[in-house]
Amino acid sequence: MNDMRIVEREVETKAVKISARNCQVYYGETHAIKDVNIDIEDKTVTAFIGPSGCGKSTFLRCLNRMNDTIDVARVEGEILLDGEDIYDPKVDPVQLRAKVGMVFQKPNPFPKTIYDNVAYGPRIHGLAGNKADLDVIVEKSLRRGAIWDEVKDRLDAPGTGLSGGQQQRLCIARAVATEPEVLLMDEPCSALDPIATAQVEELIDELREQYSVVIVTHSMQQAARVSQKTAFFHLGNLVEFGETGQIFTNPQDPRTESYITGRIG
Amino acid sequence: MPVLWIVLIVLALGGVGYMLGRRRAMASADGDVRHLHSLPTYYGSNVALLTIAPALLFMGLWLLMQPILIERQIIGLIPESAIAEGSSRSLVMSDVRRVAEGLDTAVAQGAMTPDQADSIRTEFTDVRERLGRVGVALGSNVRPEVLRAAQHYRGLQARYSAIMTVLVLAVAVVGFGYSYLQTTKDFRARNVVETGIKSLLILASTIAILTTVGIILSMLFETRNFFSQYSWTNFFFGTTWSPSFSGRGGASQLGILPLLWGTLYISVVALLVAVPIGLFAAIYMSEYAGPKMRAIAKPLIEILAGIPTIVYGLFALITVGPMLRDYFAQPLGLGESSASVMTAGVVMGIMLIPFVSSLSDDIINAVPQSMRDGSLGLGATKSETIRQVVIPAALPGVVGAILLAASRAIGETMIVVLGAGAAARISLNPFEAMTTVTVKIVSQLTGDTDFASPETLVAFALGLTLFVITLGLNVLALYIVRKYREQYE
Repeated sequence: MNDMRIVEREVETKAVKISARNCQVYYGETHAIKDVNIDIEDKTVTAFIGPSGCGKSTFLRCLNRMNDTIDVARVEGEILLDGEDIYDPKVDPVQLRAKVGMVFQKPNPFPKTIYDNVAYGPRIHGLAGNKADLDVIVEKSLRRGAIWDEVKDRLDAPGTGLSGGQQQRLCIARAVATEPEVLLMDEPCSALDPIATAQVEELIDELREQYSVVIVTHSMQQAARVSQKTAFFHLGNLVEFGETGQIFTNPQDPRTESYITGRIG
Repeated sequence: MPVLWIVLIVLALGGVGYMLGRRRAMASADGDVRHLHSLPTYYGSNVALLTIAPALLFMGLWLLMQPILIERQIIGLIPESAIAEGSSRSLVMSDVRRVAEGLDTAVAQGAMTPDQADSIRTEFTDVRERLGRVGVALGSNVRPEVLRAAQHYRGLQARYSAIMTVLVLAVAVVGFGYSYLQTTKDFRARNVVETGIKSLLILASTIAILTTVGIILSMLFETRNFFSQYSWTNFFFGTTWSPSFSGRGGASQLGILPLLWGTLYISVVALLVAVPIGLFAAIYMSEYAGPKMRAIAKPLIEILAGIPTIVYGLFALITVGPMLRDYFAQPLGLGESSASVMTAGVVMGIMLIPFVSSLSDDIINAVPQSMRDGSLGLGATKSETIRQVVIPAALPGVVGAILLAASRAIGETMIVVLGAGAAARISLNPFEAMTTVTVKIVSQLTGDTDFASPETLVAFALGLTLFVITLGLNVLALYIVRKYREQYE
């Protein structure tokens, strides 16, 4: 098991990509995220773990302002991407989301062809000058999504016709096609079987070379397998944040220990 | 006995059956519900159901059959000589019915005793005058054969009603007795009641379906009569519509093409108005409007759907028509008429807006939020998301909504009568008066009609053609919706 070796994992300090300072989120009257401070590093996989309803997905959605689509949600505090406040009125959430891509819990390919699914982002942002460029981007993205070999002969087939695991890798390919700097993943494997999960996890590990990846997961094994840093959320608080190896073997907070040993959650 | 009384008696019997069935079931289980197979109400319902349903069904069938049976017996009583020149047996029959009803009224008002009604003779009494006194106006003097047939008619009616009363009550009592005796604690009352309820539901849907079949059949028969008098090639490919009215001589030209052209032209104009406005309104409502705005605006749009079409017709006649004529048709030199394809099309389009918008709104709302999130998460703007993801995903449903709106436009009559006029014509000028299939159906069937002439029967051929077209559109709409539905499920 990978879990056994996590202590030996090499850890190096990298540049901070996203940092949150005193971040609060309210859903109407509910105080969903309380005073979260966190520094997410570049070229690192950061896992958010915690029991259901602890706010980890909510916080994730703050990082690319997806909470803007929810009327009652309100965000306070600072979230800096490369030192710039993403909630500054000058920032266009549309441009921000091009830089901070997102993969959702349930695979959500558009009812279009596989090709058009991947080409969607590049087309919107005008990343390709011509059809040939676009072909290159689509192939590269599908390769990076580790699904190229399975779909290269049927790029014109509808994306919704793929299996669940393939759909999710298609969605990842679609997200990387816009060349984001950060990739947010909200429980990307919860709808997948173990084999598809393994493929996606392998993919996440490869993506780390170029992106900062933030993954929300319910599976502590998954967090331990894929991440270098782990943040534990509980009841809207960021309880503990540190090296994955340290969180799983030597948690500082009693709540973290209770959760990873299965006593709460 | 009047039908209402029979129904009440049967229902009362059912009510009593419910109480007794329940009580008997409880008694058979020594008062302990747990020993029963079903809950006590099921035993009661079983008795009530078996008492009421067969009796009322039987009565319904009987009431359907009774006039046919009576008529068959009476019709033999009318001698060939009683049928005047240019008349027919069925006309005499309706005289008979009318006199019989007159006698009923006279008896009911006390102007005649029942005995008198049965025994009066035209030879001794002026029946027309006596019936006129109680408010029954007859067109001509009553002939003795007709009076006798009418008296016989009344006699038969009374006899059949009495037989029916007895039989219906007997059916109810037998149903009651049978189900009451069935009731023991091991009887599976719940299963029987469930089956019974299912059968009633099936019966209801069967009646709906049979009605449709009946409508189609009646149209088919009349259409066949029409085509036996008028050649189908002239009907389907004729480009002139000029019916000559019966008696005035000259052959009619009954070509459907000018009418179909008018129908399609007006429908296309209506859809050109309704689809963009309706669709954009739906997009605004479902994607942009806040909950408050939505709560106010949606019902307001739907009020449009509640306006009777005749009111739209008035609007077309006095407002839109003259306006289009004064500001468009005359300055552009396209026509002088306020009744035009444009007028009817625009007003009909307004009528269809709520139809398109509320169906499209539902369909757009049914597109999963995850699609929108996916697109927004890639950095698409709201309008890009709507254009490239939401609308394509909702497209099959929207197309279905549009086709349904189209079949309504094709069937619309009132707005066309008042807005587009009644001149059958094939022309490209949208400011000219034209007319549609439905309007011509109405005008062919209004006034004195002779159901043997092709001028009248053509209405059925027109109706059937229209029916086939709208049916085709509906089937196409359903096919499209079904075929693409699974795309985002």
